[in-house]
Amino acid sequence: MFQLSAREIRNRVAAGEVKALEVVDSFITRIEAVDNKVKAFLHTTFDLARQQAQKIDKKVAQGENLPPLVGVPIAVKDNIAIKDVPLTCGSRMLANYVSPFNAGVIERLEQAGCVFMGKTNMDEFAMGSSTENSAFFTTRNPHDLGRVPGGSSGGSAVAVACGEVPVSLGSDTGGSVRQPASFCGVIGLRPTYGMVSRYGLVAFASSLDQIGPMGRTTEDVALLLKAIAGYDARDATSVQTGAMEYDLARGCKGMHIGLPGEYFGPGVETEVADAVRQAAQLLTQAGARVEEMSLPSSGHALAAYYLLASGEASSNLARYDGVRYGYRTPDASNWEKLFTGSRQEAFGQEVKRRIILGTYVLSAGYYDAYYLQAQKVRRLIADEFKEAFKKYHVLLTPTAPHTAFQLGTRVEDPLSMYLSDILAVPPSIAGLPAVSVPCHRQGLPVGVQVIGPAFGEERILQVARVLEDLINTGGRPVEPWGGEGDE
Amino acid sequence: MIKKEDVYKAARLAYLQVEEEELELYTNQLRDILNFANTLQTLPTKEVEPMAHVLPLKNVTRPDAVKPSLPLKTVMQNVPEWEEGFFSVPSFRDRS
Repeated sequence: MFQLSAREIRNRVAAGEVKALEVVDSFITRIEAVDNKVKAFLHTTFDLARQQAQKIDKKVAQGENLPPLVGVPIAVKDNIAIKDVPLTCGSRMLANYVSPFNAGVIERLEQAGCVFMGKTNMDEFAMGSSTENSAFFTTRNPHDLGRVPGGSSGGSAVAVACGEVPVSLGSDTGGSVRQPASFCGVIGLRPTYGMVSRYGLVAFASSLDQIGPMGRTTEDVALLLKAIAGYDARDATSVQTGAMEYDLARGCKGMHIGLPGEYFGPGVETEVADAVRQAAQLLTQAGARVEEMSLPSSGHALAAYYLLASGEASSNLARYDGVRYGYRTPDASNWEKLFTGSRQEAFGQEVKRRIILGTYVLSAGYYDAYYLQAQKVRRLIADEFKEAFKKYHVLLTPTAPHTAFQLGTRVEDPLSMYLSDILAVPPSIAGLPAVSVPCHRQGLPVGVQVIGPAFGEERILQVARVLEDLINTGGRPVEPWGGEGDE
Repeated sequence: MIKKEDVYKAARLAYLQVEEEELELYTNQLRDILNFANTLQTLPTKEVEPMAHVLPLKNVTRPDAVKPSLPLKTVMQNVPEWEEGFFSVPSFRDRS
């Protein structure tokens, strides 16, 4: 059962061939069998899942109209609120926090018939690219247990990769859905900024954060995207989107596809660049016109991103003061000690580093040189993409410059960790949709990134579908193996 | 170039306390990051309008309507310390 896609599960449950409760129990068995090796889940919500499944089974028995994801088990990154379920954000700061409300996307998933299996591990406050910054434990890549799953949505990528769930939700600020998808050999999509409500997503960098779907097939990712997208008045940056009837089978015939040379330059592993070029070749054979082109400003996106995201984070994380929720230091004898002690004891190193960096670049005397300049560069990058999409339907790049790296090899050197997102950050900065699709059949997974214009989700999914069909990466879960083995 | 004093000051502004050992480490790491970010200075941006946000949205408002709040008990389940429906915090006044 755990091998099935969300679509297949939905159809079987809706047809009454299998009970939703049987589906849930089967996935619980799978999670219990593999999660001690990969450690994707921070907390499981099996009781909730069983309750939801029983309700669904009643509806099926009564012959009611069934929603599009009925009976589909899903895992949710632990920075998205589910009512009465812990929400830790991978941080000691929120270790005991239980959410009193549902995020906008969770309400939508409930209506769509999804069943919640648990919350997945992540880098603390989504700051990281390996899930090693989780305050609780490290998640491992099922393709090689000695390697990182990528991050920050590492738990969500791993849960899908090894069949603990067919689909999951991650969040993507500067690549946090796409880079782990690339490392774990699954499909992960960052939607156009504003397409999915951020209500109930813990804020990291509000002008960049988007929730995104992950799955093993393009069709599942499209189904999940359709379920979570839509206007929400509780998020002031939510956008009205039109009907979302995606024609995934259209193919890429007649599409004009750009390969920006900057994304294949120094720092990108040869194996990765080659795999992506081979994918481009396949698209040519499928009827697309592929052409080398240039996006010179993209090379500056990472630097701009770290200034902007850290600036926004320093402001967003000011709310953790030990007063209304979150960790409070035992020595809160005065205000200074209450604030400083609580933050000092509960935030991890990477979070502190980014708060300090953000505070510094926003402070008087440095604001113009760093933060304002980064905002200007942001416009240069966005304008350059806009210009490119007058000519090209989509752009094709590697998702990350390398495959999954060994645990512990980058975590001491922040800049080398940041460089892992260098190719994923430019679309984030410009608010554009992008999807990572596996494009390599042997050895460690390699992801190809398909970038589209704003609200061009259909196009990038059409290209993703062509690659999925031609490369035949399977869409089936992997068995965890390799590394140091069981701990 | 960022100095230890700058890191110390920024940390204090953000209510973070940095130990001497960490201060050295953070200063070096932030220096690397800011050096990397200095490449941005080479771009011609004199005529460029800063971009705070990718959407063409301005002044998004909502009706100022009264809506039910979460029950007090639900809200208070996450409060570290509280009494009689209030957050309990250290005294403002110096009691010495």
